Formats: sequence, C-alpha cells, structure tokens
Amino acid sequence: MTETAPSIAPVDPTDTRDRGGKAQPMLIARELKKHFPITGGILNRPVGHVRAVDGVSFTVMKGETLGVVGESGCGKSTLARVLMHLIPPDDGELIFDGEGVGARDGIEVRAMRRQMQMVFQDSYSSLNPRLPVEESIAYGQRVHGASAAEAKAASRLMLSKVGLDPEVFGPRYPHELSGGQKQRVNIARALVLEPRVVILDEAVSALDKSVEAQVLNLLRHLKRHFSLTYVFISHDLNVVQYVSDRMLVMYLGEVVEIGPVDDIYHRAKHPYTRALLASRLSMDPEIRVEEPPLTGDPPNPINPPSGCRFRTRCAFAESVCAERSPKLPGLAGSEDHFTACHMYDSASGHSRVGNVPDDLPACDAVAS
Amino acid sequence: MTDQPPLLSMEDVSVKFVSREHTVHAVNEVNLTLARGEVLCIIGESGSGKSVTMRAIMRLLPMRRTKITGRISVAGQDILSMSQSKLSDLRGDLVSMIFQEPMTALDPVYSVGHQIAETVRRHEGCSIEAGMARALELLELVKVPSAERRLKAYPHELSGGLRQRAMIAMSLSCRPEILLADEPTTALDATVQIQVLILLRRLQAELGMGVIFVTHDLGVAAEIADRVAVMYGGRIVESGTVSEVLRNPQHPYTQGMLSSTVHGNMRGTDIEAIPGSPPDMRRPPAGCSFAPRCGLAQATCFKTPPADVVIGTARSARCHLLTPAETAIQTGT
Repeated sequence: MTETAPSIAPVDPTDTRDRGGKAQPMLIARELKKHFPITGGILNRPVGHVRAVDGVSFTVMKGETLGVVGESGCGKSTLARVLMHLIPPDDGELIFDGEGVGARDGIEVRAMRRQMQMVFQDSYSSLNPRLPVEESIAYGQRVHGASAAEAKAASRLMLSKVGLDPEVFGPRYPHELSGGQKQRVNIARALVLEPRVVILDEAVSALDKSVEAQVLNLLRHLKRHFSLTYVFISHDLNVVQYVSDRMLVMYLGEVVEIGPVDDIYHRAKHPYTRALLASRLSMDPEIRVEEPPLTGDPPNPINPPSGCRFRTRCAFAESVCAERSPKLPGLAGSEDHFTACHMYDSASGHSRVGNVPDDLPACDAVAS
Repeated sequence: MTDQPPLLSMEDVSVKFVSREHTVHAVNEVNLTLARGEVLCIIGESGSGKSVTMRAIMRLLPMRRTKITGRISVAGQDILSMSQSKLSDLRGDLVSMIFQEPMTALDPVYSVGHQIAETVRRHEGCSIEAGMARALELLELVKVPSAERRLKAYPHELSGGLRQRAMIAMSLSCRPEILLADEPTTALDATVQIQVLILLRRLQAELGMGVIFVTHDLGVAAEIADRVAVMYGGRIVESGTVSEVLRNPQHPYTQGMLSSTVHGNMRGTDIEAIPGSPPDMRRPPAGCSFAPRCGLAQATCFKTPPADVVIGTARSARCHLLTPAETAIQTGT
C-alpha cells in the first residue's frame, strides 16, 4: 500500500513551554462536576440532573499515559470534554502545568487548547467532509495565526509522520479513506499544533483489530517522538493495560479506583474494578467464564443510588454503604493506589475493613 | 450428529451487489455446514462478508440488487428457490436472528411484550393473550428481572442489556432450530456482554439449537463457539474447532489476527500488526485476497486464488503455502 512507515526521530526533551518543572503534574483536576439538567413539564423547568461527572479529582503526570476506563454512561467522555473545556465544568478547578485554566492569573482556555488536543472516537464525523484532509489538518494552525503556506507545509509533514504519504492522501476527502487512515488523519490534526497533552477518547474503539494494532503502535511511537502526555479513554481493558502507566476507573460519574496499572490489574481493590477485570474474555476456549461476575446493568445516572453508587450491584454492600458515600483518601500521586470503598476505610465501620476476601472474582485468572 | 444430514448447508454460495457503477463481490464461494446443537462462530473484520452470509441464509438482502448463487438448504429445504410467503413462514419460526443493535431492531412504538406476542401469533395462530403469556415465559427464560412489569415496557425504557435479552426472547419465541446471531454482544458493556454470552450458551444447550454466531472478537468466539470459520475478503480462509484454530492457526491471516490482539503484558513493545487494510470488494484481488498484506506471499499468491486445503479432520484453510496433510506452513513461522 502507499502508507509509509512512520518516520520517528528523537526530539529535544527540554521544552520551553514547560513552566512547573518535572515534578509539577501536567494536569490537576479537583472536584470537577458537570450535571446536565433534564427539563420537563409545561414550563420546561429542570426536573432532574444527569450527574455525568460528579466530583472527579485526579492528576496526570508529565509524560505519562493515564488510562480512563468505565462502562457506557459512566461519564468518561464527558470528563474528556470537560478537560478540554468543550463543555465548561459546573464546578471544580483544572490546573494545567501549575496554572488554573480560565482562572484569573491563570492560563486562558484558548492557550490551554493550543497545548492540549483531542482525538474523538468517530473518525468520520470528526472530519469536515467538504475539506481535503490536508486542509482539515492545516485548519488548526490557521486559527492560531499561521499563514496558509506554513500551515499546509506543517500539515503535510504531519501526515508523513502518521504514516500517510502526503502526496497520495493529502488531497483526498474523508470518504476516500479507510477507518484506520481517517483516524491517522485525526491524530495528525491533533498533533499539528504541537500539543503537550493529547486526550484520546475511544480513539481506537471503532477500528478493526488489525488496524487497531497499527494505530496503537503509531500512538506509542508518536508519544516518544513528541514527548507527549496521553489521557487515554477506553472501555477495552486489554488496550488500557497495554498503553497506560496509571489508570482511573469510573462508575456513574465518580472515580472508584486510581493507581498504577500493574497494581490495579494484579491487586484490584474496589469490587467494581475486580468485576470489570473478571469480565474480560479469556481467548482460551478451555477457560470459559461460568458465572457472570456482575448481574444487571449500570443504574441510571439521573437518580444514582444513595451512598456508594455501586452498592446495588455489590456483593459486600452493608448499611453503611447506603448511608455515606465513600471518598478517595486524597489526590493520588504517581505511586498511590487509592480506592473509594468503605471496605478500605478503617473509620467507615464496614464489617470487612482490613479483611477483604481475595477470592472475589479472580482478578488474575484471565491475565497472561 | 454426523449420520444425519446437516441442519444447514451452504454450497459455493456467492453474493454480489450489482449497481450501475460497480459490482461488490461481498461473499465468494462460501461452503459451510451447521449440525444440530452446534455453535459455529464466523470471525471476520468489517467488510469481510460475515453479516452478508448470515443475511443470505434468511434472504434478508435487497432483492433487486443482490445476486445470490450457489445452494443454501435449511433442514432439507432449498432457500434460494423459496417463495416470499414461504420465506416469511420460515423466518422467526425455523430460523431466527438476533441483531447487533436492539434499539433499531425492535419496534419503538410497541411494548416489548406485544412484539413478542405478535411473533407467536403470526407463526402459531394463537390469540394475542396466549402470545402475551408465552412472552412472559420467554422473558423469564432469558432472566429479565421483574418480567411482568417489563412486558409492558417500550424498548427505550430498557437498558442495553435488557433490550438485548428481550430481542433474544423474541427470537426464541417459536422455538427455532437455527439461531443466527449477528454480533449480539458488540454494543454491550463488558460486564453485560459476559452475562449475555453465558445466557446464550445456556439457552443453546437447553434448547439444543444450532447457532451461527458472527463476531469480530476472538475472545467472544473462545467463549461460545464449538467450531469457527474465519472470513476474509468474502471467503472462509480457515475453519476448524475453536481450540485448534485459536491455539494453532494455520492461515497467515488468522495468525496475524491473533498476534495483533492486544494483551496487557506486551506493554512497551510493538504489537505485530497486520500492515495495510482489507481489500476493496468492488475490485477483489485476482489471487489470494490476503496476499497484499501477507508477509509470506509468493508470486503464485497474487495470480491464482488458493483452494481450500484440508489439513486435518474437519479442518481446512485456503492458503497456497499449506499442503494437504497435518503440516505447518512450510516457510517462516
């Protein structure tokens, strides 16, 4: 085919845009909230709220990949949009490399977006069908003040870096490309502004397995080449384990567990994370899952259960779980493994504190 | 199981979509059989022809633009020569189908119970009340909690998992002998997908149906299949029992599919991806359809399409590099 191998060269790691130094997290999210009103009745007044993102706090370190996993409706895509300020948060603060986003004395949203870009799941609908792809890629630089010639040159260079020959693919329209090629174009468009952070919202989920593997390899190479930081949102636990350094598990708008990937995959704490891991398919016809690790579907985020939101599906729920909602013990650093569960909080009064059974859905049975 | 004729057989079935501009060769000379009580998984990527094969069995493809050749027989009846009215007797009765997206497959303006009852009435000629009673039984069979209340629910009032269960209930309403499942768990979350897979496996064993299950996910096939057929470019390129194909794949495409499946423990290393993209079926390659992406391709691979090579009991693959015996690929590995 005419796709060329990505040309990867080392890049200068000392970035003049770096403000906070190595130890300063790239992103700090504190208590981010986004509630969507549901209107109804003859006066069209709000009758309820979808609590899509409800008090989410986490950090993203420089140069790492943070995986975000959760089932549909858990708020992971809303979180991505809130991070980009495509949807302004209702409450909470976002700190980009030490500067509050949109805050007084902070960094403007527009300047933040120059350094943080996003790749969406649907590779076709996120491209303009009436622009050749090289112009779609150049558009971002034009918006940020580059001349037409500069923007086009940058766009063609970026196409070659994502493994597409600019002579062949540059003048094509989105409908003339395959799914994998379109997603490469979207990645090029995100990278042409030379961002430091890329948010990948289910960027490989719609691709076929063989193409998904190509794109994951590309993302790994580009990350090294451009010294990028990724926030990688996916529902595929195998992919998240492959790409991430740390991960965050969401359930109904809340973070239930956060920590280094290996810790979570081998020693998951929260019953939901364990169930999620046990739901992975084994790839081995001799080891079939006999009992579903969880029953039922996730509840409606409009009226989430009181207390711990997972208690309606949890095998260890006690009265305390309905009364108080468990909190993460703090803002997790790069080595911390935190979970929001009463079973791990000695002050909660849950009868299993310090005595959480290991024989819950076996976490590691399907690994390897 | 082996001495009686197969429940379903397809012989040299090809499906072409003809339009003024071009002809799409969606399915090419597919041969497959399904025995009573067997689960066959068709594995393939998008555009490989797996869904078209399924729809050809039900003759659900647009009549004027589709050319189906070959022979399809279901329980001894020739599907391709059947009249429309006999076909609609057959659909939902002897053969029924579940689709990927239950929200679009169910009718939004009728309650779930009514839709199931209507199917029962159409095929068994009973009253709608008797149909509703049967619908309740079915919802309980597929483990829908508080089934009586859910009978009156409309599709949009149900969660994704429940909707898919309702569709399974509807497809089972007339005790079909063959169930065709077209990616029924792809749109579901991981924790719900495994519930539905376990349910389907249990129902299949209880009711003794033959099931053809289309999926792109090797993990799903490992979970549910007895036999698998791997499709690429409209052809079945490899078939055999699920453990043989997944543990000892012979066709380079199957091998590539397995090695490009992401595992967590490959972190920090490149995945062995298959380069390139699937062929355009408007202009199928002259030789082996996988040759342009195959690392082992030789000159013959680009010229003549490979024949189906029998490489073991009930095990075959379409590759020039295989010899008819139980040997591995001669070069490489």
